[in-house]
Amino acid sequence: MEFKDYYKIMGVGRNATQDEIKRAYRQLARKYHPDVSKERDAEVRFKEVGEAYEALKDPEKRAAYDRLGAQWKNGQEFQPPPDWNEGFEFSGGGFTGQGQGHGGAEFSEFFEQLFGRAAAGGAGFTGRHHGRASGAGFHAQGADRHARVLIDLEDAYHGTTRTIVLHVPEMDAGGQVTVREQKLNVNIPQGVRAGQQIRLSGQGSPGIGQGRAGDLYLEIEFRPHAIYRVEQRDVLLDLPLAPWEAALGATVAVPTPGGGVELKIPPGSATGAKLRLKGRGIPGAKTTAVAGDFYVVLQIVLPPATDEAGKAVYLALAKQFGGFNPRAKLDAVPNEKPAAEMGTRQRATENKAASAEHRPGA
Amino acid sequence: MRLDGVILDELTHLSLADLCRACATHAERILALVDEGILTPEEVPPHGWRFTGQQLRRAQMALRLQNDLGVNLAGAALAVQLIEERNALREQLQRLDVEKRRIEIEIHDFL
Repeated sequence: MEFKDYYKIMGVGRNATQDEIKRAYRQLARKYHPDVSKERDAEVRFKEVGEAYEALKDPEKRAAYDRLGAQWKNGQEFQPPPDWNEGFEFSGGGFTGQGQGHGGAEFSEFFEQLFGRAAAGGAGFTGRHHGRASGAGFHAQGADRHARVLIDLEDAYHGTTRTIVLHVPEMDAGGQVTVREQKLNVNIPQGVRAGQQIRLSGQGSPGIGQGRAGDLYLEIEFRPHAIYRVEQRDVLLDLPLAPWEAALGATVAVPTPGGGVELKIPPGSATGAKLRLKGRGIPGAKTTAVAGDFYVVLQIVLPPATDEAGKAVYLALAKQFGGFNPRAKLDAVPNEKPAAEMGTRQRATENKAASAEHRPGA
Repeated sequence: MRLDGVILDELTHLSLADLCRACATHAERILALVDEGILTPEEVPPHGWRFTGQQLRRAQMALRLQNDLGVNLAGAALAVQLIEERNALREQLQRLDVEKRRIEIEIHDFL
């Protein structure tokens, strides 16, 4: 069993006051709350902090914990001495679950060895709401579980399967808590989008008594794609074009996550122009759902004029389009206003200089 | 065995009872979330409410924040709103980062 340095976890000294411990807990809870934090291990940290606070906020538990001594390091192999809690009263209930659902109330083996076992369930990610839940006839819904799933954009087009590995704490026949790996094969349906949740009913933690099992929530995340960008259900692609393709029009092979298409580029297309392929974004998840669109954003790429023949072509272009002004828009911006402003400012400084000169004479 | 899940999106329809069950809470707490404007269910005649999958998520988030951090209802409403705004901004920032990298490469090639 690993020793838990609750003071270190809370970031406070061993001589911290109860108020300081409470403040540290509040700050860390806000920081690591899984709804607030985007850090991958937020849930683990949040539970760790909750456990540390559970031990330190109660003066009796804290005093007993302190008696173990300051020589222990976090993570060190540890067995409590047989008489360690002599004279303290805290064993038994007190932090049992209400069956509200989220996250479960699994404390570490270390905590449970010292202070007794917390019931599963409970509200929120802390999974702990006060109330006596033990005893006969008690039923509670099992805790929901949450996991993130990373998929490719293409998977959202076709659907895929993923193996989700969950770490499930379990009590064995001897009352020891062990962590079991549970593997679930899950179908990821087509039409999922980043940030959405998939709910698997009854795949959360088992219920207590006749309470039903919790649910498993999978949050979908897309792996960043090399060529596509995703905006909600629309997918965008930058499509490079040769100048003549843009000027004269062309039919170009364009990849989409749903398969390649032949796209007609209209003559006279400009860089930045968007061509929409309706319904070729992320497909609808249900028959009633609208599929997203696929946008092709045109980018004109110039062939480099590295040799004489190449340069001659650009020279011929220049001669042919002698009257073409690519900066017509810049020239159209009226120039008077900034100049006038500059004039006033100049005058103002001149005035200042004049008055400064004037003062010594006065 | 392969498990099938349900995508919780704006087309997922949940009744008040569904929502209570999924959040493992009482109707009173859901009503309080509606009163606070955290949830805006669609009215279904004669006297029903219809929630979406996105609203289920908001409800769960608001309840967790209340239970775990001890914020009150108004505080949870504000937090949910700010968290959603922050997530949207974060996504936008990611998109702009990609764009920025692309432009930087272009400029580099040009120079």
